[in-house]
Amino acid sequence: MSELLIRNGYVFDPLNGIEGERKDISVRNGKVVEKVSRKARLLDASGMTVMPGGVDIHSHIAGSKANSARMMRPEDHSKDPEPKTKHTRSGVGHTIPSVFTTGYRYARMGYTTVFEPATPPLKTRHTHEELNDIPIIDKGCFPLFGNNWFVMEYVKQGRIEELAAYVAWMLEATRGYAIKIVNPGGIEAWRWGRNLRLLDDRVPNFDVTPREIVRALCQVNSLLNLPHAVHIHPNGLAEPGNYQTTIDTMECVRDIPTRGRPIMHVTHVQFTGRKGWSWPDVRSGAPEIADYVNTHDHVSIDPGQLIFTNVTWMTADGPAMFALFKLTKTKWFNADVESETGAGVVAATYKKSNYVNAIQWGIALELALLVKDPWKIFLTTDHPNGGPFTAYPRVISWLVSEEARRKVIDKVNKTARRRLDLPGIDREYSLHEIATITRAATARSLGLQSKGHLGVGADADIAIYNIEPSKIDLAKEYKLVRKAFARAAFTIKDGRIVVKNGEVVRSVQGRTFWTRPQVSEATMKTVVNDLESKFDDYYTIRMANYPIEEQYLTASQMITTSTGV
Amino acid sequence: MADLVITPARQLRIPVTAECISPDFVAGKSLSEIELTLIWEGNRKVKLGSLLKVHGETGGAPNDCTIRIRGNVSSVRRIGYGMTNGSIEVDGDAGMYLGERMRGGSIVVTGNAGSWLGTQMRNGQIQVKRNAGDSVGGSVRGGTKGMRGGIITIHGDCGTEAGAWMRNGMIRIKGNSDLYAGIHMKNGTILVERNCAGRVGAHMTNGKIVVLGNMGGVLPSFQFEEIRDKAKAGDEKITGPFYVFSGDVNEEGRGQLFARVSENSDLKWNERYLRGESDGD
Repeated sequence: MSELLIRNGYVFDPLNGIEGERKDISVRNGKVVEKVSRKARLLDASGMTVMPGGVDIHSHIAGSKANSARMMRPEDHSKDPEPKTKHTRSGVGHTIPSVFTTGYRYARMGYTTVFEPATPPLKTRHTHEELNDIPIIDKGCFPLFGNNWFVMEYVKQGRIEELAAYVAWMLEATRGYAIKIVNPGGIEAWRWGRNLRLLDDRVPNFDVTPREIVRALCQVNSLLNLPHAVHIHPNGLAEPGNYQTTIDTMECVRDIPTRGRPIMHVTHVQFTGRKGWSWPDVRSGAPEIADYVNTHDHVSIDPGQLIFTNVTWMTADGPAMFALFKLTKTKWFNADVESETGAGVVAATYKKSNYVNAIQWGIALELALLVKDPWKIFLTTDHPNGGPFTAYPRVISWLVSEEARRKVIDKVNKTARRRLDLPGIDREYSLHEIATITRAATARSLGLQSKGHLGVGADADIAIYNIEPSKIDLAKEYKLVRKAFARAAFTIKDGRIVVKNGEVVRSVQGRTFWTRPQVSEATMKTVVNDLESKFDDYYTIRMANYPIEEQYLTASQMITTSTGV
Repeated sequence: MADLVITPARQLRIPVTAECISPDFVAGKSLSEIELTLIWEGNRKVKLGSLLKVHGETGGAPNDCTIRIRGNVSSVRRIGYGMTNGSIEVDGDAGMYLGERMRGGSIVVTGNAGSWLGTQMRNGQIQVKRNAGDSVGGSVRGGTKGMRGGIITIHGDCGTEAGAWMRNGMIRIKGNSDLYAGIHMKNGTILVERNCAGRVGAHMTNGKIVVLGNMGGVLPSFQFEEIRDKAKAGDEKITGPFYVFSGDVNEEGRGQLFARVSENSDLKWNERYLRGESDGD
């Protein structure tokens, strides 16, 4: 029986309404408990900030596209080697670190739960192989549904219950966590050399529209009672003027009952929040989107903050990646996943002097600052699209300090500086709000009951940072904040200390979360019959070989939901 | 001038990475300080003194410091990394990444040099008296930034992909070149005084490649321009005559290939375009 007592830290636990109180946290057998015995190991956290372990909702850390990017970008590895230590394995990678390094780097920042947001169902076996090998952190993955032939056929026939049963079957077969939609219908159009830019364009050969797909999958999400909202990357990614499509996408599901929490999470809005008609004319659509999010409760967003550095764009959105490749003329990878989805990878560099990059940087920060409720916006860089996840501390310093932002604003493209609203925004986040956008709100959005808080019964995933809130002025000493968040004083995973002073001292195995909605046998039977008759026509593998066995996951953590189907 | 002499203490079997063997690092340091510097031997960090013996004296500044390496250091990588001044003389073979990111000064190797010689260098001079490996003056694997300035002279032969992603500067190969000389080249000059194995200038967008021997044929993505009497490589004017090709057309490139007429009889068929004959014969 292992016990731990964290004494005298300034605790920030937004889900339980604790804001910087000096408090002891007791841990027994990997759970937070009321009290521990006198024999418990003491951890002195006086003068430090104690938060729940970080929860990242959107970070492309595993899967076949991440691996393709690794193969395509050896130069990314030579720049950033990480030698092995007594407790860790060696690794490489700046924008796409190798699996072990990914886990260590997240743990060093005090993150303990990370979700891979886009995995083609057929290739999820590969995703789980990589997730299994990522140490320390808990993880999960969102399978892609937005361009799946079965989904589009059910949507066209209006068979929502059967669609729900199909989604349930697929989540169990792939051990996935939530529904992800990428460019609904657009990737199917890409097979014919086209893309869908607006919500009411028609998908070739299927005669459905992105609006119908999104609405149907949101209804399914409600029916299946899934823990997370529908995670969506809207149509028209990266194109000037796409902010209207993003708002239309949010608006089109407004009437679906939400059961008191968001029905849709719109991700990396920086890429889909652009005004204007052409590249030289791109403006920020952040004020309009922030306004919409502020006045509606059925959506949450994450900005996908841009960092001025070398990045790798990777998404299932094949057509968008091709368009960007034509702009950058660097390296491009494209894939087509049978009847399910596609993928694209492009190498790129963001520059302060580039007008569009500077606007993108501004859009993301404007979103984070203009959305008033920190429970509706989460911290992401859409790793590795906007920047590597290791840049989170830098983003935090921009959020807590206007001075830190000002320093960057003074260096970015002059035209962009003039056209952004950002220089006029003086909001500065508090530590409590930072704790909300990095752990509490994300855990709540993901429906993880035992994560993101430090109440009794929560998992003992705890991050302790070298910040003394009563003595430090965040806005002035943003460099200290950045340093503290980059190297956690302690990271505790399931009650065990894994990081000390920013160095990994122990490597443990994290769990993989997946969802199993309980669907009535009759409906499931209809759907399985449907699938059996068509599977051989649509797929290169047999249906019996398709599902991933639960034993395939090294540490599986199932979440069941009761459904209305 | 201050001379620092480095000799291997024993035969080096495992690759060693020693960025610190450069005038910029050693200048102003005592011998014991240099010997205590940590370098990588395989996957282990060891003291420089345990692998290499150091004698002589170090100058106060890089520009009056000469490092003389005596013996076989063909498994020592990154000698002269980022050096800005001074000189290095290797009496024997040198390892991979010699003169990587070099910004000035000179390096002379009396034996062979490994691959990635002078990769990403910006200025300075490198001379290799015998042969060099692959990707002379090139970029790191997957990268798109090759040599940006300076002069590399190889008295013997070189491997494949000489001058890959080259952006400026000059590479002079007095012997033969293997396949893909000047691949992805963006600017600068490559002079090959003997034969090339072929596929010269693939994917080049600009720059000049002069081949005095046989070029090994020309890629179909190059366009025949004319026959010129002379070619200029650096400051030197070389008498020909030369077949001149431009390309790579696939990349809308404006690079130029010069192949000496007397050595390239396999390219003679291009002359019919000068006589105004059509493709179809």
